[in-house]
Amino acid sequence: MSATTQPDAGLQPIAAEPLVGWRGFLRSLFSSRVTIFGLALILVFAGVAVLAPILAPYNPVEQSIILMNRPPSAEHLLGTDGFGRDILSRIIWGTRPSLALALLAPMIALILGTAIGTMAGFFGGRIDRLVGRLTDTLMAFPSLLLGILVSAALGPGFFNVVAAVAFAFLPRFIRVARASTMAVRQEPYIEAAFAVGQPRWRIIFRHVVPNISGPIVVVATLWIATAIRIEATLSFLGLGVQAPDPSWGNIIRDGLGNLLGSPWPVIFAGAAITLCVLAFNLVGDALRDALDPEHRD
Amino acid sequence: MIRLLVNRLFDTLVTALLVLTLVFVALRILPGDPAVAALGDTAGTAQIEALREQLGLNRSLAAQYFYFLWDMLRLDFGRSMLNGASISGILLSNLPYTLQLAAGAILVGMLIGVPAGILSAINKGRGLDYGARVFALIGLCIPDFYLGALMLIAFALTLDWFPIMGGGSGLWGSLYHVALPALTLGLVMAAFTSRLTRSALLEVLGRDYVRTARAKGVSERWVVGKHALRNAMIPVVTGFGIYILTMLSGSISIELIFSRPGIGSVLINGINARDYAVVQAGLVMFSMFVVLVNFGVDIVYALIDPRVRVAAR
Repeated sequence: MSATTQPDAGLQPIAAEPLVGWRGFLRSLFSSRVTIFGLALILVFAGVAVLAPILAPYNPVEQSIILMNRPPSAEHLLGTDGFGRDILSRIIWGTRPSLALALLAPMIALILGTAIGTMAGFFGGRIDRLVGRLTDTLMAFPSLLLGILVSAALGPGFFNVVAAVAFAFLPRFIRVARASTMAVRQEPYIEAAFAVGQPRWRIIFRHVVPNISGPIVVVATLWIATAIRIEATLSFLGLGVQAPDPSWGNIIRDGLGNLLGSPWPVIFAGAAITLCVLAFNLVGDALRDALDPEHRD
Repeated sequence: MIRLLVNRLFDTLVTALLVLTLVFVALRILPGDPAVAALGDTAGTAQIEALREQLGLNRSLAAQYFYFLWDMLRLDFGRSMLNGASISGILLSNLPYTLQLAAGAILVGMLIGVPAGILSAINKGRGLDYGARVFALIGLCIPDFYLGALMLIAFALTLDWFPIMGGGSGLWGSLYHVALPALTLGLVMAAFTSRLTRSALLEVLGRDYVRTARAKGVSERWVVGKHALRNAMIPVVTGFGIYILTMLSGSISIELIFSRPGIGSVLINGINARDYAVVQAGLVMFSMFVVLVNFGVDIVYALIDPRVRVAAR
């Protein structure tokens, strides 16, 4: 399988180099207005998620027969859906599952992927070949498709979606951790640690993991935007957060059956997803450029 | 070339076995009894036992695995639990719709994406480049099903130019029904393609042999068209496999948006109806698409890049 390039943002595994010069890195990161816009947008979304109970003008699951399918107005800024629920409130509450997943799924994939990848890369041998073969096979799947397949097997529910997205990302993290570990393993300080007779687990935890953590954490941030998109798609397909609880994906799912009643829920919920993905993509691109200047245009 | 083909074929068979095993593991070893899931909590023990027997869930895991592989080899996906229809038949009748959608989307994606990427690269830093890149960025961020919903609202519901649902029949009916879904997926694909074409072409335009060609007075059009573009297309073609697969995963939600028949619809309906055998068949189908597309890309790659052929000897 040679066709195993990254499907999503075209990102490359980053070489296992420690971050040189934090100041230069930060300056490069904040040098562009577009990036600052992305960061500000992320802060807004995070604030909305945390303050949802205060910010939401109405109860997001309260239905009303009288208020069905209202277009945007002064009382309901984004209108109401086919059940008479306030769309603004539903979108505000829908921020929570999206952002929670965006944090959880890459984090789980990071921890498991680092564990598996480090072990495989450190010990080598037959296990390493098996892990390599498995990751190669799974890398051939676009992460969205892998997420859908796992979700289909697990059934609907928020935590199943977290598991599905984490699994979809897992091979990517294993690959970076494995490659970085193999690179670090050649370093003189690892040889020295072996020479003075340190136990292997200690070498792994004290010397290997800290040295490969930089690139892996960056990879995790680069996958956040994709995680949000996959979560939205799974919720849209009916596999994610279940009704009546709102998530951006299931607002679109509900709205699709009621397009003739009102197109507004679909339009606004989709705009929220697009903005959120855009924000994380802008910051992710800037992060990658700051760490890997050669990649910059 | 023959040797490469045999090698890749063997590789692909091993991968297919691995993927089938993963599907099997995912469906059998995960918690939850498919018989209970299908019948609901209110079903009696005898009923559940009967369904378990029918699905072969009473056999040992090893036997289940063997029968699973044997069924897949014969392309026998069993029968739908809902209406007893042969799943192979359902898949076969739905496959053309997914293929039409994929073909249309690839066409739109390449026709828009490649020229946009080339124009962007040769006008680097100018307005045209900027516009193409903003277009690509939006295409990367907007979920395909949202774009589909917007298209549906604008061109089918409001303007009434296109149908709002179904797959159509006959040549014109099919084209009429596939146009909007294919345009949606194609635009998303164009965003990916133009980004990749742009960066690949820029990379190649900076190489020594391009400078040499320019230095000896070759016209810019010839430099780009003859020298640079050919090499720049290699990553684009390699990326092609990923696009096809990205589109296949996208087709699942697009089929739902446009109420279109297709393999994705079969899978999603199976999930919603808790039809275990249909879900299994859908998972196997999409996994085999991935394996097949990667095999195809490897072969095409060898055909356009002689270095790959030589390396395989």
